[in-house]
Amino acid sequence: MINQYDILETIRMIQDECLDIRTITMGISLLDCIDPDIDKACKKVYDKITLKAKDLVKTGEQIEKELGIPIINKRISVTPIAMISAACGCSPVPFAKAMDEAAKAVGVNLIGGYTALVQKGFSDGDLELINSIPEALATTERVCSSVNIGSTKAGINLDACKVMGRIVRECAEKTVDNDCFGAAKLVVFCNSVEDNPFMAGAYHGVGEPDCMINVGVSGPGVVRAALKKYPDADITKISDVIKTISYKITRIGQLVGQRASERLGVPFGIVDLSLAPTPAVGDSVAHILEEMGLERCGTHGTTACLALLNDAVKKGGVMACSRIGGLSGAFIPVSEDAGMIDAAEAGTLCLDKLEAMTAVCSVGLDMICVPGDTTAETIAAIIADEAAIGMVNTKTTAVRVIPAIGKKVGESLDWGGLFGKGPVMPLHTESSAKFINRGGQIPAPLHSLKN
Amino acid sequence: MRAVVTVIGKDAVGILAKVSTACAEYNANVIEVTQSVIEDIFAMIMLVDISQLSIDFADMADALTAKGENEWGLKVLVMHEDIFNCMHHI
Repeated sequence: MINQYDILETIRMIQDECLDIRTITMGISLLDCIDPDIDKACKKVYDKITLKAKDLVKTGEQIEKELGIPIINKRISVTPIAMISAACGCSPVPFAKAMDEAAKAVGVNLIGGYTALVQKGFSDGDLELINSIPEALATTERVCSSVNIGSTKAGINLDACKVMGRIVRECAEKTVDNDCFGAAKLVVFCNSVEDNPFMAGAYHGVGEPDCMINVGVSGPGVVRAALKKYPDADITKISDVIKTISYKITRIGQLVGQRASERLGVPFGIVDLSLAPTPAVGDSVAHILEEMGLERCGTHGTTACLALLNDAVKKGGVMACSRIGGLSGAFIPVSEDAGMIDAAEAGTLCLDKLEAMTAVCSVGLDMICVPGDTTAETIAAIIADEAAIGMVNTKTTAVRVIPAIGKKVGESLDWGGLFGKGPVMPLHTESSAKFINRGGQIPAPLHSLKN
Repeated sequence: MRAVVTVIGKDAVGILAKVSTACAEYNANVIEVTQSVIEDIFAMIMLVDISQLSIDFADMADALTAKGENEWGLKVLVMHEDIFNCMHHI
């Protein structure tokens, strides 16, 4: 029989320590939906999504019941819409509506891929899509958008940073009645990945097959509970404990992905080895760092602890599944992590420290509320800084900041659910406008002479 | 194919009988049982064969959990053995 202790350990992880599968995301290629007639194209998009994903939610729920592990989200990512809509030569908002309706029809809570890739420059279709993002996000419920503005190979498109600074603000302004939620559905990337299952940045890259299943695992609560048993261990031991627990968590991701793939008749892509927090008690990445010995997340030592955590999660997870991909690492979304919210409210965690943390962890400046009077140029400069970290370090970085229109430091935005609530965090007030308005392209970095 | 049924709750007469009767209703064959009572708390782990089930496995899992909660006052979890095997064996 399976060891009794092992059974109880697994059950405890799920029941008490918030272990879950964060998402099963079906990637669907829309390249065969291109049509110069936008109505026809939108119908093809709707038909293809609803055909491919018709059993996604049902299958997810069935696996959830059989294995006894919660699968929190079932989602869909599609080919960057800018590539599909370019043939139509008009505003691509109808595509967002078709995606939204398809998502509702199949019962997924978010659908990603209202996306443009402009790291080296804009096509007309890219610009039309980017300019339509505020309207698309304000008039749909479940659509998520992302724009890639830089890469290690191409450098950083500073013109795109400038445009996105304005677009982020407009997204918040258009949804001010809904706590500026539009901006929470928009991510600006450097080195975006094609098989990311996590929202809001998921899209289905052109190098991917027609349809595939990717899985995102989670489990900050489990890691913290494991570390609690070693209050006096040295840091090498801590790394080993994280590796072991990460292996166990990831194995479940592999199992769920395989089952979903078999039942849906769709190839299994990757497991994204991520520690994704939720605002729930006991599901916080910040609390893992504090368990390692920091009085509060954000103080000196935070970057080192996060670097160790991020690396150990990958080392443990790599052997547990056949293919790794997506963003793979620890996420640090401020509003979605109870420990980060506390640290930000206490003033220990500031934007500059978060930026340093993004150099060693999975993604970037995520779910951060900034004052309502922040200028588009300042947001653009935040995007450029973050993209520079990604470009130079050959990693994915992203910015998802939410300008809290009409609010200032000390107030907060509250969306509830998985998105949580975010205190408005202070920014530097000195202008970056001249730099941003120069425009042009930051050239790709040199990859030798490394010092 | 096998599944693990875990039952936790306040000790009472006939828990094992109730759970195994319910399993039999769905044609789940009990293979092995470990149980203990520590300070009034009953805990049981039961390994059952589910290859000849009369209903869908997910429905059986739901039904046993619901019975545990509504009729027996016990926490009943039914999970496929694969989740334990994958997590604890390389």
